[in-house]
Amino acid sequence: MAQVLLAGLLLAGCSGGNYTWGWYVVSPLNPQGQGNIAFLLSGMWQTISVSLLAITVSIPLGLLVALPGFGRNRVGQGFNRAYVEFIRSIPILPLMLWVYYGLPVLTGINFDPFTAGVITLVISDSAFEAEIFRGGLQSIERGQHEAADSLGLSALDKLRFVILPQAIRRILPPLGNQFIYVLKMSSLLSVIGVFELTKKANELVVTLYRPLEVYSFLILEYFLLVVVISLFVRRLERRMGADQRQRGR
Amino acid sequence: MAETIISLEGVTKRFGTFEALKKVDLTVALGERMVICGPSGSGKSTLIRCINRLEEHDEGRIVVDGRELDQDTRNVAAIRREVGMVFQQFNLFPHLTVLDNLTLAPMRARGMSRKDAEEVARLYLDRVHIPEQADKYPAQLSGGQQQRVAIARSLCMRPRIMLFDEPTSALDPEMISEVLDVMVELAREGMTMIVVTHEMGFAREVADTMVFMDGGEIVEKATPAEFFVQPKSERTSLFLSRILAH
Repeated sequence: MAQVLLAGLLLAGCSGGNYTWGWYVVSPLNPQGQGNIAFLLSGMWQTISVSLLAITVSIPLGLLVALPGFGRNRVGQGFNRAYVEFIRSIPILPLMLWVYYGLPVLTGINFDPFTAGVITLVISDSAFEAEIFRGGLQSIERGQHEAADSLGLSALDKLRFVILPQAIRRILPPLGNQFIYVLKMSSLLSVIGVFELTKKANELVVTLYRPLEVYSFLILEYFLLVVVISLFVRRLERRMGADQRQRGR
Repeated sequence: MAETIISLEGVTKRFGTFEALKKVDLTVALGERMVICGPSGSGKSTLIRCINRLEEHDEGRIVVDGRELDQDTRNVAAIRREVGMVFQQFNLFPHLTVLDNLTLAPMRARGMSRKDAEEVARLYLDRVHIPEQADKYPAQLSGGQQQRVAIARSLCMRPRIMLFDEPTSALDPEMISEVLDVMVELAREGMTMIVVTHEMGFAREVADTMVFMDGGEIVEKATPAEFFVQPKSERTSLFLSRILAH
């Protein structure tokens, strides 16, 4: 640990010796910096919309994938396991290249980069979310199922009114984690030409040749977005689990 | 004898290679109060759990209220609406208020309006003597109160039969009587009840029929008078001497 720290200091030391920082390229205090910042921030909307779309579509899909895993139907169980194991083994970048460049060959339908990116993230996420749902649903005590069954609730009503509301509270933290993961993975969409944050940064680096400053700024952008998500998820958790009364006095 | 409402013929239930029930025959009449006792692992819980299909029997026939429990899920659903069950661990829905615990099934499985369901719910909360707890959550109640809510929750479906699976075993001693009192009242009203319990005072007071199970079989079935005074089987008297000793 100490050695790593020492090595880091040395590295910082030798680069600091002959590197002239150029923070002005991303400084809000001069016109050029302002222009560059505006350019970099203009990717924000794409990053946010890709991530939001991907997470909102993939969550219900993940639930749909998870549910057959609980049924008695062997085919359903097999589908659940096969989907999860196969999909989550595919790295996102190859999957995205396959969807964007490969799938049109098969289907004759061309997706624009944005759509291809969203499809990729949805597919990939749904497998992870299916596992999150599985864990959450399995964590509900058997007695809850038995009480609902003995009262004559249908399987769907049991899920909707008894099991899911309890599972959601336990699932929320890992789902928040997944949301952060999606946001970060959306940076890969720069490869197929979606003008999100990373792509914008890449373009600026090519014209300015200031990778250190521009990519530092890029990292800061993601950090801020993740902080916003974390705060949002925390609030949601508080609201849903808000009733401390449910857990006792 | 009154009309038969539950009949089991040659019911066998296996968990893997273990036979929890071995060709059990049993009939319960409408309005009958039956108490089942026996050592742990004797199959008594499994028996009543087969009656509302929480466990699926492997052999034999079970007919409840004129419907046979078979692979037809509509039959299972119909039977479950007519058969209430109270569990050892209460199994209240922790995320719902007491009132919502009581109205959920009547609204969803009986199609009652919220207003009607709440009216019924308040009626039964009154009957189990906790009308003031309607807006609390289960975790805010004592064990005895939770179990009474669970009884009210089952009653809100207006079942024809009530099953009790060791309803007082998880309770602190001082709370047992408040739950048993509610059950005695229910018995007085003529509810058909099957109660798995070791509360022999309760059994003496309300049971029409005592059943003693051991090793997945019904060893003895008798009226309380015969059962407690001169049990026919040695296993029964041994069991009784053990649980009545203290």
